[in-house]
This record gives sequence, C-alpha cells and structure tokens, in this order.
Amino acid sequence: MNFFSKLMQLDRRWVYLLLVIVCLSAYYADFTVPTIVENETKAIYDFIEALEPGEIIFVAVDYDPSSQAELHPMTYALVEHAFRKDLKVIFTALSQNGPGMVDQALRDLTDSLKLPKTYNGIFYEGKEIVNGVDYTFLGYKPYYAIVITAMGQDYRILFPSDYYGTPLDSIPMMKRVHNYDDISLLVDISSGSITDAWISYGQGKFDFPLALGLTGVMTAQYYPFLQSKQIMGLMGGLLGAAQYEHLADNPGLAKDGMRVQLPAHLLIILFIIIGNVGYLVTRYRERKI
Amino acid sequence: MKRQLPLILVFVFGTLMVIQYFVPHENSETVKGFLLDWIVIIGIFALALGLWSLVQVSVAKINSRKENWEYPLVTLASLVMMMFFGFTAITEGASLWSYFLAITVFLIALWMFLQGFMGQAANRNMKLLSGLGLLIVFSLLAIFDSSWEFKFYTAEGLTNQMFVHFFDYIMIPLQATMFALLAFFITSASYRAFRARNLLATLLLIAALIVMLRFTPGPWGEYLAKTSAWVMNVPNLAAQRAIVIGIGLGIVATALKVILGIERGYMGKG
Repeated sequence: MNFFSKLMQLDRRWVYLLLVIVCLSAYYADFTVPTIVENETKAIYDFIEALEPGEIIFVAVDYDPSSQAELHPMTYALVEHAFRKDLKVIFTALSQNGPGMVDQALRDLTDSLKLPKTYNGIFYEGKEIVNGVDYTFLGYKPYYAIVITAMGQDYRILFPSDYYGTPLDSIPMMKRVHNYDDISLLVDISSGSITDAWISYGQGKFDFPLALGLTGVMTAQYYPFLQSKQIMGLMGGLLGAAQYEHLADNPGLAKDGMRVQLPAHLLIILFIIIGNVGYLVTRYRERKI
Repeated sequence: MKRQLPLILVFVFGTLMVIQYFVPHENSETVKGFLLDWIVIIGIFALALGLWSLVQVSVAKINSRKENWEYPLVTLASLVMMMFFGFTAITEGASLWSYFLAITVFLIALWMFLQGFMGQAANRNMKLLSGLGLLIVFSLLAIFDSSWEFKFYTAEGLTNQMFVHFFDYIMIPLQATMFALLAFFITSASYRAFRARNLLATLLLIAALIVMLRFTPGPWGEYLAKTSAWVMNVPNLAAQRAIVIGIGLGIVATALKVILGIERGYMGKG
C-alpha cells in the first residue's frame, strides 16, 4: 500500500484522537475568534433593540439537552438582552425536556442580571427578575401544532396556569395578554420540526413577527422563509449565537464555544482535503496504468 | 361498523377542521376551542397508555432475564423517582435521609405490586401482600414525616432540589454526551465519504468548505462570508424552496387521502 492509499484509509481511532487533542487544546488555549456578523442575526438584534421597555416578546424554547451546546447560548444572549432592555418575556417549551432547559436558563439569568454591567457603552444597573412581573413560563403541553394554534386564540385555552401552577389571570404581566396580538416578537429557538409548525400554524395564520434560532444543520432549510418574509431573522447554530453575543456586547457561552468549534472544523476540513488528495492521486495513477 | 366508525369520524372532523381554518367567525373559534380540548384529553389518555406499555415491556424483559435486563430496571426506577421528586417538596433545612428512605420504600412497594400483577403465578399473593405492607409504611412516613410533603403541580414540587439536580446533573450531561459523540462520527464519515467523485460531488464539497470556513480569521474571512451568504441565499434557497413546495403538496395529498379514507395506516392495518 503506497502513501496516498494510506492517506485514504487512516484508522478512525487516529481521527478521534486528533479531534480530542484539538478540542482540548483549543479549550485551554487563550485566544478569541473574530466574529463576522450576518444580516440574518443582526435583524433580530436590531428588532429587539428597537422595542420599548414593557413590550412583550415570546421565546419558545423548543430544544432538549442534546442541542444545549448550540442553542442554550442563544437563549441566554437573547433573553439577557431583552431583560436588560426591560422587556417582558413569555416562555413556552414544546419539546419534552424543554421545561428543564427554560428553568435552568432562568435560574442562571436571574443571577447574571443581578450584576451591574455595561454593554455597548451603556451602563445597566443590576436588577431582580421577578416571575410573573418580568416573565411568565407557560410550560409544556404535548401536540405542538395544536398548542400553537390554540395560543393564537388565547393562551388560557391550553395554559390556564403557568408552569408553576399559578393561574394565568392572577399573574400581573398576563392580565391584559391573551394571544399573539399582544406580543411584539416571537423567537423560536429550536432543534426540530416544531419550527415548521411555528411557521405554518403560527406565523402563517396569525401573522406575528417571527425569528428563528436553529441548530447549524437546520439553518439552510429555512432560508426560503427568510426571503418570503415569513421569518424576520435567523440565527444559525453556535455561530449565530456568537454573532448575537457580539452585537449585544455580552461575550458568553457561544464566543467561548467558538474557540473550540473553529479548530475542530478546521481539522474536519483538513481530513476532507487529505482524503481527497489521496483519492485523486490514486485515481490518476490507476488511469495512467 | 368497527372499521367504518373511525373512517366516518376522520372524515367529519377532518372536513370540519379544514372549513374552520378559513372561517374567522366567533362560533367557528368556539368549535375549534372545543375540539382542541378533546385533543388534549385524548393526548392524556395516550400518555397513560404509553406509560402502561413502557411498564409492561420493561417488567416482561426483567422477568425473562433477557440480555441487558438491567436497563429496564433503571428506566422504571428513574420514571418513578422523577415523578416522586416532581410531586414532593422538601422542608428547608431538613435532613434528606428520611426522604430517601420514603422513596426507597415506595420503589420496593411498586416493584412488589408489579411482580404480583405481572410476574409469574408463584408467590403472587405473597408479593401483593408485601407491596401492600410497604405501601402502608410509605403512607405512614408521608403522614408523620415533616421533612417532606406531597405538592402536586406546584412551584415547590417543580423546584424541588432533587428534581432539578437529577435534570441538571444526570439528564443534561447524558443527552449532551450522546449528541457530542456525533462530532466524532461526522469527522470520520466526512473524511471517508466526502470525495470529489464527480462534478456534483465536487460542487457540494466546495460549497461545504466555503460555508464551514466563513468565520475563519484572516483577510479571506470576510470574502468567504460574502460568498457563503450568496451560496445560502441563492442556490441553497432555490433548492430548499423546491423541496418545501414539494413537501407541502405531499402533505396536502396525504391529508386528503386520510380524510377520504384512502389512506388507512392510522388504523393499524395499512
């Protein structure tokens, strides 16, 4: 077996080992990845930035722990931005393990928001985020298409009380809030087909501004909806989250994650190139013979 | 009639929902609200059936000592424990020992009942009696132990530290680890399979490299970002739109076939 044939048949254990080494080295190395912001992400940031204090955004956390690495940073960056701007947030979780993700994000964000911080040159005092005043978490209900449709009529049809059992009518921020007409923006952060339901049964029927935060592999599928203006913005994977953090001047989990993702991607590209060099040279030699 | 009734129901309610979608009248909304309530009720029954099916399959596997019979045991224990944690609240500052004792007694009692109902005939009564005895012990613990109490569907139950910790420190790491392993398979698979075998494969390879490299530092980063935006917004968008329209038409056709009773797969017989 010659050198180029060997290039094509490297034992997969070496591939795994190299990936581990690259990821660990990148994690412990001290460097930053420059962020080039895409228009799709900037549209979401600008929209939230333009909202007035007291306006309500709806954040649908439709992912499980399996997509946490990509999507949790998005939720953190976007919701922290909203809370710093004194917006109110309604959460739902229409995937089975979503409630735990919202619960965890809210606990972390409540702690983070207590600290005073400066973003993009603007100083924000630390503040206490209060359940029922600053946010409401509606919780989980099965059959997401039905839930999305019903919420267009009234949140109370399927969520008479919030995740913690408090009746919606006794929650201060929900008193005059009934359906999608009362929100300024809906952001679906999702790792699955729930996004299609938000587009078809939600935005398609009730015509509210919809933005998406998706895993990297899903992103390409949703560009048609961006052009048709069914969605007003799109954050794709960890990169999208890092772009949002960059815009909000709040570097966090995504920017940190990008330091590992970039070298890992470069290694994958290197392997693809090695494999192709071996393949092309071997094919050229076989033709010559 | 056994086969005709479901077909009639599907036709009537399917047609009704299609018409309702295009009628923004108050009465139409009331009908929709009523039917949505029914869907939730049916969903809850489906959940109960699913739970019962999981218990049956797991117990049968454990009793027959099939290969990997230990896993269903963990599944059942986790199911009961998470439900127990979610429906109970621990008194602040109380010791957790009596709480753990209660859940252990409850788990053994349930196991005895399951063995009694679903296990082999031998010692069935003995197991049922043991389960009943343990359930009485558990009830006494629940009544007299002040370190914890039942809280059904309340904030206290859902913020119970055991419930939160099991999710944060077991569920999240397990699922995240399983998904993270994918990175290794993707690396290995792309190295082995991503070859420039023909023109289309070469185009795919070049497009993938541009999109993956779009955020690399250096003078070419911005150029690659622009090229990547073009790839996503022009060729990708055109192809995806064709797929979306195709899927949409497929869904409409399938829905019509179901409503008209041509497609009967949901009845379990194809």
